[in-house]
Amino acid sequence: MQLADIKKLALLARIQVPDEELEAVANDMDSILGYIDQIQKVSADTERTIPTLINRVREDEVTTETGEYTEALLSQAPGRDGNFVKVKKIL
Amino acid sequence: MTIDLPTLTIEKAHSSLMNKEFTVRELVDAYRAVISEKNGTINAYLEIFTDLDEQIAHSEEMFTNGTATAMTGIPMAIKDNILINGHIASASSKILANHVAVYDATVIKILREQGAIFLGRTNMDEFAMGSSTQTSAFGVTRNPRDESRVPGGSSGGSAAAVAADMALVALGTETCGSVRQPASFCGLVGLKPTYGALSRSGLIAMGNSLDQPAPFTKTVAESEIIFNLLSKYDSLDAMSVPDENRSPNSELRTPKKIGVPRNFLNQGGIDPRVLENFEMRLEQLKKAGYEIVDLDMPELEYSLAVYYIIMPAEVSTNLSRFDGIRYGFSAQGKDLLDVYMKSRGEGFGKEARRRILLGTYVLSHGYYDAYYNKAVILRDKITRAVAKAFETVDLIATPTTPTPAFKLGEKMNDPVAMYLCDIFSAPANLAGVPSIAIPSGKTEDGLPLSFQFMAPHFREDLLFAVGKEFEHGV
Repeated sequence: MQLADIKKLALLARIQVPDEELEAVANDMDSILGYIDQIQKVSADTERTIPTLINRVREDEVTTETGEYTEALLSQAPGRDGNFVKVKKIL
Repeated sequence: MTIDLPTLTIEKAHSSLMNKEFTVRELVDAYRAVISEKNGTINAYLEIFTDLDEQIAHSEEMFTNGTATAMTGIPMAIKDNILINGHIASASSKILANHVAVYDATVIKILREQGAIFLGRTNMDEFAMGSSTQTSAFGVTRNPRDESRVPGGSSGGSAAAVAADMALVALGTETCGSVRQPASFCGLVGLKPTYGALSRSGLIAMGNSLDQPAPFTKTVAESEIIFNLLSKYDSLDAMSVPDENRSPNSELRTPKKIGVPRNFLNQGGIDPRVLENFEMRLEQLKKAGYEIVDLDMPELEYSLAVYYIIMPAEVSTNLSRFDGIRYGFSAQGKDLLDVYMKSRGEGFGKEARRRILLGTYVLSHGYYDAYYNKAVILRDKITRAVAKAFETVDLIATPTTPTPAFKLGEKMNDPVAMYLCDIFSAPANLAGVPSIAIPSGKTEDGLPLSFQFMAPHFREDLLFAVGKEFEHGV
């Protein structure tokens, strides 16, 4: 893999990879791809078995009190303003 | 009285608690004493909980009012990726270092109702990614059987806690061998239940189509007690199998015929001591009346490669939720994208980053068909090959791991060498069938060796039946 490929993947995955680590990451990826590429020698001539699908969605019922978890969850937000999670300006 | 922890089991502890030979507090104190002495070196626990007094009081009350069950007062170690309400669950990652669970995982809820004691949370490979507990953001865990070696992983802390008598039993999680492999390295019994048997609700997800909570115990009978308690339908896990669909595939009660996938064993790279021990144990099984047959299952040979496509794909999707916005580690950045990039870049360790990138790659336009799609089809082939094998045999046997426990620091610079530790684990996770790892002896220098059985879906009973005979020397 080229260093440019790693940079592109890192951007897609939203993970900053420091420049000095790019080469090591590329080497690791090459070695892992070298291993998993053994599947290219295996024939996948069979169709995938499609299982019988069953709807397992639960009824949309409210099971908690309003505000029951608000404090527990919001207190873990890195940035907070009252009952809002604070983020960087988007527009 | 002095409690003999190395020989203590759930059954013995329960009977002693019932007969008032010792109290829950005395039992917990016995484990606390070992923890104070050993955890500094072993680093099995990241935290010992401070609410033990309340937990003890609850359990003792159950003994007083006659509602105590087999698990009441049993001191357990819990892997750091299983949520316990009010406690930190960090998956041994910097990105979740201070993350506090706001609810109980279903398995924790059941155990809490039974009055089990949660001593603390245990170290693991970051986000359960690894086979040696060396990728934790909070230091390595040492193998209590030989402190210069790894305990295996990813549930290495839970395994080390039981092996060092710092807990009676423990919970870990399996995605591909993360309980059976450390059980093997630490000389314990590790059970990977049928996918869909135990609820995944409240587990920090790694590979959703593979994850299962899984127990560590010293004996097969204890594994059975924990499995029978935790194996039940849960509406909070969409892949939990309804109770009516769990009936056995046949009338068979006692397994008789064991298949050995020979080609899988002869692929090279397996420690001769492991192979010798495996053959010796097979011979014993034969003498005890089991029929041993060879299986031709070429599909198993590429199961680890298939796993290393499906799992990273699921990892890259799952771990996208850690963004530095709602909870967890957050880095300063100049704009929103910069906050994401830096929070994730600095918050995730090397192996987690590697697997997210790999998953992003195999799912990306242009490579999706060659990797992910093909792996899904091959997984299906593996699943069918396993099902077909179970038409002719009751169980499949292999060694649990290709080598005994290796030295700390080994394989850390060679990801593929590390991945190969789980070569024998992958088939059961991909096919969703249950599998048990059982101690099978030791090398000349005292390192534990392990034997693995796989059974058809929801036939854990067959694993327990053969396992109980096996651990008593067949």
